[in-house]
Amino acid sequence: MKSVRCIDLCKTYRQGEVEVIGLDHVNLELEEGGFVCLSAPSGGGKTTLLNAIGGLDTPDSGEIWLTGDRIDNLKKSELAKLRLHQIGFVFQAYNLIPVLTARENVEFVMEVQGVPAEVRRQRSLEILEEVGLAGLGDRRPAQMSGGQQQRVAVARAIVSQPALVLADEPTANLDSQTAEHLMELFVELNEHHQTTFVIATHDQRVMGYARRVIRMLDGRIVGDDRREAA
Amino acid sequence: MGGLQIILRLAWRNLWRNHRRTLIMLAAIVVGVWAMIFMTALMRGMVDDMVKDGVSVLPGHVQIHHSAFRDDPTISNVIAPPDGALLEVLGRPEIVGWATRVRVPAVISSERDTRGVTLVGIEPDRERGISFVADDVTEGRFLESRDDRGLVVGRKLVEKLETGLGKRVVIMSQDQENEIADRGFRIVGIFDSKLAQYEEGYVFGGESAIQDLLGVGDAVSEVAILGHDYRDVDGLLSMVAGAAGSDVEVLPWYELDSYLGSMLAVMDGFVVVWIVVVFLAISFGLINTLVMAVFERVREIGLMLALGMTPRNILSQIVAEAVLLLVIGLAIGNLAAWASIEPLKGGIDVSIVGEGMEYFGAASVLYPALYLKDVVLANVIVIVLGFLASLSPAWRASRYDPIRAITKV
Repeated sequence: MKSVRCIDLCKTYRQGEVEVIGLDHVNLELEEGGFVCLSAPSGGGKTTLLNAIGGLDTPDSGEIWLTGDRIDNLKKSELAKLRLHQIGFVFQAYNLIPVLTARENVEFVMEVQGVPAEVRRQRSLEILEEVGLAGLGDRRPAQMSGGQQQRVAVARAIVSQPALVLADEPTANLDSQTAEHLMELFVELNEHHQTTFVIATHDQRVMGYARRVIRMLDGRIVGDDRREAA
Repeated sequence: MGGLQIILRLAWRNLWRNHRRTLIMLAAIVVGVWAMIFMTALMRGMVDDMVKDGVSVLPGHVQIHHSAFRDDPTISNVIAPPDGALLEVLGRPEIVGWATRVRVPAVISSERDTRGVTLVGIEPDRERGISFVADDVTEGRFLESRDDRGLVVGRKLVEKLETGLGKRVVIMSQDQENEIADRGFRIVGIFDSKLAQYEEGYVFGGESAIQDLLGVGDAVSEVAILGHDYRDVDGLLSMVAGAAGSDVEVLPWYELDSYLGSMLAVMDGFVVVWIVVVFLAISFGLINTLVMAVFERVREIGLMLALGMTPRNILSQIVAEAVLLLVIGLAIGNLAAWASIEPLKGGIDVSIVGEGMEYFGAASVLYPALYLKDVVLANVIVIVLGFLASLSPAWRASRYDPIRAITKV
């Protein structure tokens, strides 16, 4: 079954006086449980595509289907609901809410979903252990390293078992060793939970972990390599 | 609403994220709320005192007159003394006291001067419980009976007439036949009043003696009735009106003394205006605090929106932050107001700054009056207007585009 289908997606936006093509007739299908990297130089359209798939941005034309449902024509409130229940996000930075502890950050999505407190607590502790942060649940983000913070963000992204996890340059602010550990964690979670991972990056080392690398340039898909992960 | 608990938790923690700013804003709210309640209690106390003094001077809470008496307060417009059903009503527990009076315009002359006054014939025993005169006699004695031929006069009038205790004066008025009625009386008592105009303008004699002077038999000008609370006279009014019959006029104190009545109404309006004005001053700080808080958290708000919080959740979070701040400020402000009013309940001497207050009916000792309705009004206005003031920054925050907010530098 296809997790994501994009049909002829187009998106332009303005940067000052200049009109920039974000997506140029993009057609794409992602399988359930896939581990995909979107690779492009800066301004190549990977983040725009990621945002469109994640319901954070709407295309000018074309269709986006997520697990069999069309999502490009949903209202803002419906998109918020979709993001809450079906998509996990890991951003490059500012990933965590500073006034909440690591455990509360992990529980955040579940709490908004209305999951009972006991279930939330149990799941968050399990997932924190899984990402290697057992015992750090009561720390605030400011008391954690960048790598630990990203792990909390990953834990939050997968804890409610979404259909899709989208990560935008998740290793950009991390040193190489921490980035490597994070990618190993992604692979492990992908295999363990069978969650589809889509990672936007221009880091060759990150791409090395992917089973499929989609290359973009100026808003167009210019390459689609399927391969075995390193 | 999904995630109410997380909304409140975020609001509470964000509130204390910038301690200094929150504490400064909190201090402004506390001072504002304290000022609202404390000043309102002082103003209420002043008006309360004026009304109580005004009511205790003569009007009582309810009066019965001849229907033409208010337009023409002469001896022509008198009524029969209470009897039958009215007398039965006047004996009920809702009524603290009542008294009949004969009241006419008159002229009082000493050997030195002459003045226009209101001559009031009273029943001394009944009058003791409902008006000021008996307690305020500071020289000589109060009247002893309805037949007492002496006069009780205000100190200022005594000074104007250049007369004194034990001296004779002449009272002159008109009888029912429109003939001059005059008689010499001896001053047996001098009273002091908080209200200067009463000291100068009223002269009291025995009711029977005055009735004799005016030739009206046992007819009276008014029946003054005192209930338990001047603020709650409507029940008393309808009870007395029902028993008094339709050929007389029964009026509450606020219509008898429209100055005092309107003062009470104006006071209610003024309290609202005062509270709103103080709140407006607070609201600038409140809005500024919220705008700053939202501006500092643009990326976080974007993140929460991206993760699936609805704009309504974000709006609720910012509003909850404002409401929490206001509730804490109100709690401390209310407590501070109560703590500062309570020790002053024995009265504040304002004679140094308030010389001349007595000329418009205010006493020189101010008793703050803290009413629950004023406290509730202040709290409701602060919460409601604070809620409305927080909507603007909260609405702006809820409208953020998550992508732009997250990437904002």
